[in-house]
Amino acid sequence: MRRNAAFTFALAILSLLAILVSPASADEATLRPVVAKFATVKNFSQTEAVVRELAATGDPAVGKPLTALSEGDLYFRKSDAAVFIGKESGQTVKLADPLTAVDAGEAAKAEVTKVKVNNSLRRVIRDVLGTLTLGAADPAARLAAAQTMFKAPDANSIEALDVAILDEHIASVKLQLEQARASAVLVSDLPASEKLAAITVLEARGGRDALSLLTAVQARADGAVKDAATAAIDRINSSLALWGAAQNVWYGISLGSVLLLAAIGLAITFGVMGVINMAHGEMVMLGAYTTYVVQEVIRTSAPGLFDWSLAIALPLAFLVAAAVGFAIERGIIRFLYGRPLETLLATWGVSLILQQAVRTIFGPTNREVGNPSWMSGAFELGQLSITWNRLWILVFALAVFFALLFVMKRTPWGLQMRAVTASRRMAASMGIRTPWVDALTFALGSGIAGIAGVALSQIDNVSPNLGQGYIIDSFMVVVFGGVGNLWGTLVGALSLGILNKFLEPYAGAVLGKILVLVLIILFIQKRPRGLFALKGRAVEA
Amino acid sequence: MRGIQTTIRSLFAAGALAAGLSMAAPAMAQDDTIKVGILHSLSGTMAISETTLKDTMLFLIDEQNKKGGLLGKKLEAVVVDPASDWPLFAEKARELIEKDKVAAVFGCWTSVSRKSVLPVFEELNNLLFYPVQYEGEESQRNVFYTGAAPNQQAIPAVDYLMSEEGGSVKRWVLAGTDYVYPQTTNKILQAYLESKGVAKEDIMVNYTPFGHSDWQTIVTDIKNFGSAGKKTAVVSTVNGDANVPFYKELANQGIKAEDIPVVAFSVGEEELAGLDTAPLVGHLTAWNYFQSVDVPENEAFIAAWKEYTKNPKRVTNDPMEAHVIGFNMWVKAVEKAGTTDPDAVIDAIIGVSVPNLSGGYSTMMPNHHITKPVLIGEIQTDGQMETVWQTSGLVVGDEWSDYLPDSKDLISDWRAPMSCGNFNVATGKCGGKGVN
Repeated sequence: MRRNAAFTFALAILSLLAILVSPASADEATLRPVVAKFATVKNFSQTEAVVRELAATGDPAVGKPLTALSEGDLYFRKSDAAVFIGKESGQTVKLADPLTAVDAGEAAKAEVTKVKVNNSLRRVIRDVLGTLTLGAADPAARLAAAQTMFKAPDANSIEALDVAILDEHIASVKLQLEQARASAVLVSDLPASEKLAAITVLEARGGRDALSLLTAVQARADGAVKDAATAAIDRINSSLALWGAAQNVWYGISLGSVLLLAAIGLAITFGVMGVINMAHGEMVMLGAYTTYVVQEVIRTSAPGLFDWSLAIALPLAFLVAAAVGFAIERGIIRFLYGRPLETLLATWGVSLILQQAVRTIFGPTNREVGNPSWMSGAFELGQLSITWNRLWILVFALAVFFALLFVMKRTPWGLQMRAVTASRRMAASMGIRTPWVDALTFALGSGIAGIAGVALSQIDNVSPNLGQGYIIDSFMVVVFGGVGNLWGTLVGALSLGILNKFLEPYAGAVLGKILVLVLIILFIQKRPRGLFALKGRAVEA
Repeated sequence: MRGIQTTIRSLFAAGALAAGLSMAAPAMAQDDTIKVGILHSLSGTMAISETTLKDTMLFLIDEQNKKGGLLGKKLEAVVVDPASDWPLFAEKARELIEKDKVAAVFGCWTSVSRKSVLPVFEELNNLLFYPVQYEGEESQRNVFYTGAAPNQQAIPAVDYLMSEEGGSVKRWVLAGTDYVYPQTTNKILQAYLESKGVAKEDIMVNYTPFGHSDWQTIVTDIKNFGSAGKKTAVVSTVNGDANVPFYKELANQGIKAEDIPVVAFSVGEEELAGLDTAPLVGHLTAWNYFQSVDVPENEAFIAAWKEYTKNPKRVTNDPMEAHVIGFNMWVKAVEKAGTTDPDAVIDAIIGVSVPNLSGGYSTMMPNHHITKPVLIGEIQTDGQMETVWQTSGLVVGDEWSDYLPDSKDLISDWRAPMSCGNFNVATGKCGGKGVN
């Protein structure tokens, strides 16, 4: 009965609000015929009409069929045009009632037709659901609703928002609701004083979204409101410029961490041992393919472990790449010490062999490596948006770097490695088995390239060509940072990353890369030994 | 093989041998079989896309032989591997034509590989069937373009996005990999958008290197560009491999397909197979064929293809369909001409019409391009596309874009008496712009 009373206000939105506030809900019987219309729609505009009709009932129960529609899970049976929510599994579709979600058996794929959806429809559904879920019990749903309403302001929703603000007791959600209200006020016919207050709210929020709303106001309004909007836009713009610079630094650090990961294994094989290893990139690729194999096994035998797949892949990737590296050193490189040209050509050949071998075994197409849930999405830090996968890769790169530093500086093995590098003959005289140390050092460098592959599989394609994309950058970082110095690799990678990202907005990605290369060449002319030159006898060796 | 040769044939062969070795080899080749050259990279960067096309050709030749071959002879595939190395394409093409004496070549993927073989086909007068969507601005006597020209892919896609159904897009990001196809396509699109009244400041053009993997800055730029209060879309000519990190970054930064849709011209079923499609779902692609097209011809083709490859998961894609159309057109033209002689086939193939896999017929036009329907599809979780829009009829491939100042007066017609790939209608002369 409340529903009829609400209708007399002739405001559909208000009616929906009344329902949300009260537990009473519209009759399922009135919704069913509307939902059934999905079976007869001919095109997207008819589907949209049905969506709007459902939304106009204001019943939160329409959330289920609408969400299903937007996710492409709404079906109708060809035989009797009954509408269902369906989940595809193989050749069959599991059906459920569209309103109650009660299980309704199964149907073969051929017996049902999917109700088609496109992006404009999804947008419409998102907007109408936004208003519908304003009174949801879950604060996250209310927050999402407020955010949707903020981006798609509608003057009719002000009263609904007013009620929701009064009822809201969580501060962060309340703030979002107030901002949504402000954006709605700006598109309404309310007096200028209200609008000026709304502009203040938007300015306090800042960011791109507020800016685009204010730009629209600036174009539409006049007088004091226009002036206030212009002033607010200026202030938001200048704060965005600062945030933009911060964002660039973050992107630079993030790119630097990728460079560091790719180069850190090379800092051992090339930097410490002096072997020009052109197959370094392929070690990275082997690590990435190991991740793929691990994920495949997990998918087929233990899907619950998927979020752990990377942790499982790490030691395996290290072992696979280290074993291949060990074999390369024992089989080829040890015969070529002191002959850099032959080493270069031989390892180049090895890299081609490895690429083609992987292509033959796994096929030439990219392989699927999924992101675990904790590596997807982003979070906001002020106006910075930081993606989780990049953040984890930075953490991981630093962890690998310091672990390696520890091995080199604090373990007997590291001491032996440094001794052999400093003076091979002296080390041999002291009883160090230098060939053995060479092989293990090369295996260590390769193994680290392998674990870099695990991380890079999260942001790049896993294909036989994966390694080629990193080999030039890796050499660049090691040479720039200073051969033989791990700290140089760290500083080199980060500064190249930041330099690249500051050039990119002005010069574009292509020219930016060229400029970085030119700058490095000039730098090497000035300081041939890189940023951190090794001093002492090791240099002459 | 020698054992089953008839006495007469061996006698003839012996006679030919006596006449001279150089004469004998082609005589024998032409007697036994008709050779078909397959020029697709099986190693290197492009192997990812081109290997499937090689398999498609082997499949088509196999099917044709089951039907009794061509002109009473068996077809024989000659496969070479140009290894994604552009100059090697020209060498391998020469080898196919001069050494193996193939009747026609099916091959190439990238525009640069096509440009590299053009002079060889012209000089040695042979046929090339090119199956990939490309930038247009070319029409060569010896080449048949069975992929889409820009007006069969890029322009309809933009039209769709501008329509109310597509979201009435007002602001455009043209993002591409830095090479000839995206550059030319974007030039045409920019001219087209401006002719439709889109202001210069509402178009953002961005190029990235091959295999670009760090998309953070560019995605932020797109996000900022898209927050100006006007509906924004990205038209992506980003090359296959770089797409995955691009879409991942879009998804991670929270850009949804319903906010800023990306319509891609280089992402097909083959590229999506075995990828984590979650970040791509809802974004759009424009092609002339999707595996999901629900017509009997396509179903039969997919079933036969899966059986041939013995892999129930093998997908089909647009360039494969282009090879199917091209191969069937060549077969029909050879039957019509009664010979595999290139000149006769070039004359016979114009007007030849064969069923395509989307339920209609494709016809070879006098400009050596074909008619095709244009489909806009939405990427689904299973890596398939679902058609959300398609042109009402077939679109004729337009080799010289009407939107570029130096090519709008050019037409191509390889029928006598014009026989010209770049006839300038303003000056009335053949040769307005280089044939290549």
